[in-house]
Amino acid sequence: MPTSTTASSSNSPSPAEDLSTQEPSTREPSAQDPRASRVAALACGAIAIHIADIARRRGWPVDIHPLPPLLHNHPHRIAPEVEAHLGGLAAAYGKVVVAYADCGTYGALDEVCDRWGIARLQGLHCYDLFAGAERIEEWLADQPGTFFLTDFLVKSFDRTVWRELGLDRYPELRDDYFRHFTQVIWLAQDPAGELREEAERVAARLGLPLTVISTGDGALESALALLLAC
Amino acid sequence: MTREEILTGLYEQTLVGNGPEVLSLTEQGLGMGMEPSTLLFDALIPSLEEVGARFERGDFFVPEMLIAGRAMAGAMERLRPLLADTGVETIGKFLMGTVKGDVHDIGKNLVNIMLEGAGFEVIDLGVQVAPEKFVSAIEEHQPDIVGFSAFLTTTMPMFKANINALEKAGLRDQVIVMVGGAPVTQEYADAVGADGYAADASATVKRAKDLLAGKRALVGAGA
Ligand code: B12
Repeated sequence: MPTSTTASSSNSPSPAEDLSTQEPSTREPSAQDPRASRVAALACGAIAIHIADIARRRGWPVDIHPLPPLLHNHPHRIAPEVEAHLGGLAAAYGKVVVAYADCGTYGALDEVCDRWGIARLQGLHCYDLFAGAERIEEWLADQPGTFFLTDFLVKSFDRTVWRELGLDRYPELRDDYFRHFTQVIWLAQDPAGELREEAERVAARLGLPLTVISTGDGALESALALLLAC
Repeated sequence: MTREEILTGLYEQTLVGNGPEVLSLTEQGLGMGMEPSTLLFDALIPSLEEVGARFERGDFFVPEMLIAGRAMAGAMERLRPLLADTGVETIGKFLMGTVKGDVHDIGKNLVNIMLEGAGFEVIDLGVQVAPEKFVSAIEEHQPDIVGFSAFLTTTMPMFKANINALEKAGLRDQVIVMVGGAPVTQEYADAVGADGYAADASATVKRAKDLLAGKRALVGAGA
């Protein structure tokens, strides 16, 4: 059984993916296709790298198919986008999983997963996957004005937050967005790395104090193990 | 500049969120003796409606909505006292707040601007509004409608908590309850026992007016 883990782009569909249909597919993957014995993880781009790391570490035969993380700002597009890729993957792979939490789809992703008989990661969003839902709830109950960062968000802050919110063009809007926020919590997968300075810079740009919580990716690993066992 | 040009300019400059220009055109229009309500109903409100439609279509995202909303709010500051002076009647009182535990407020603020533009008196309690605070504000301000806004899956249950608190305080029958926010649906609104839901700011104005007319007709009929 192949153990290598590759992150392949879903932008260039393979011939098998061209067979994609909108209907849950009953096609069996071909026995000759090496993917028949592998798992396809259709993953949110914001956690794809972590999933690839974990799968490599654990020797899981998983191929990651990432979707653009910016979909988070338009959550109504997530479920249709996931569904559009499921046909092709289900036709080629022995197993397909959806490496998304609910992610602001408010149940729409569950409907797609149910329709296809496919499981997704537990939780509401990736903060739950790194720190556990209870801790997130506690932090929000303690300070509702908490803005969470993950390593991905720290790295991509300029693009995924600042520019998306138009703050590059209209810096005066910062307070319209963040007036009621009181703190930034960085759920750090790798707090010892070079991202610390970057996280501090992000918090300073938001004018908020930063708390660093080292989460690693252990909780995501457990969630992924559960998902693959489904 | 002709009156037509003022209205076109106001519409276009609100659409692109050019606050200073919107204010300047408002001043010019008023200087030419144009009615505040004309500026509002024939330019500002249609422009913000178009902004909402573009957001719906995916042509605009949040920042474009925000700057347009700010531009319109700036003009409203100038027009509000004049509208009151010229006897434009307040059509109802709307108490609004983002529920406890939630600090998303952009959608709520846009709804407020449109409600105000449509002639509602809006009292905004801000964000993270606890049920007790809604209750005491309803007692104090006696609004016709109270609106709850929520954006997180974890804060939506506050709608029910708020409605329970109103029931407990004996206020539920006095006030129309509307709910909204990105995750909210008509089904969810029905399930928590709200009177009305709307998906965007323009729809909120329409629904609020309908609900109010319905209630007034009932009261008028002695029900
Ligand atoms: C902008 C935004 C933010 C801004 C908020 C700024 C602010 N002051 O409001 C920032 C960047 C700060 C932010 C922070 C967070 N956010 Co946020 N955010 C969004 C985003 C992208 C857009 C929301 C918005 O403003 N839309 C624009 C307005 C105009 O539309 P609207 O909100 O739907 O409002 C309209 C209608 O709903 C209606 N309406 C609104 N209120 C009312 C009330 C009544 C009574 C009625 C009738 C109608 C009505 O009319 C409005 C006008 O047309 C959404 C994703 C999305 N596209 O929905 C995520 C989203 C809501 N956020 C989300 C999350 C997770 C967060 C954070 C936890 C992220 C983090 N990194 O920490 C924090 C939470 C903060 C907190 N402690 O509460 C999730 C929620 C997921 C969930 N399951 O709960 C979403 C769905 C993103 C996602 N896909 O994961 N966010």
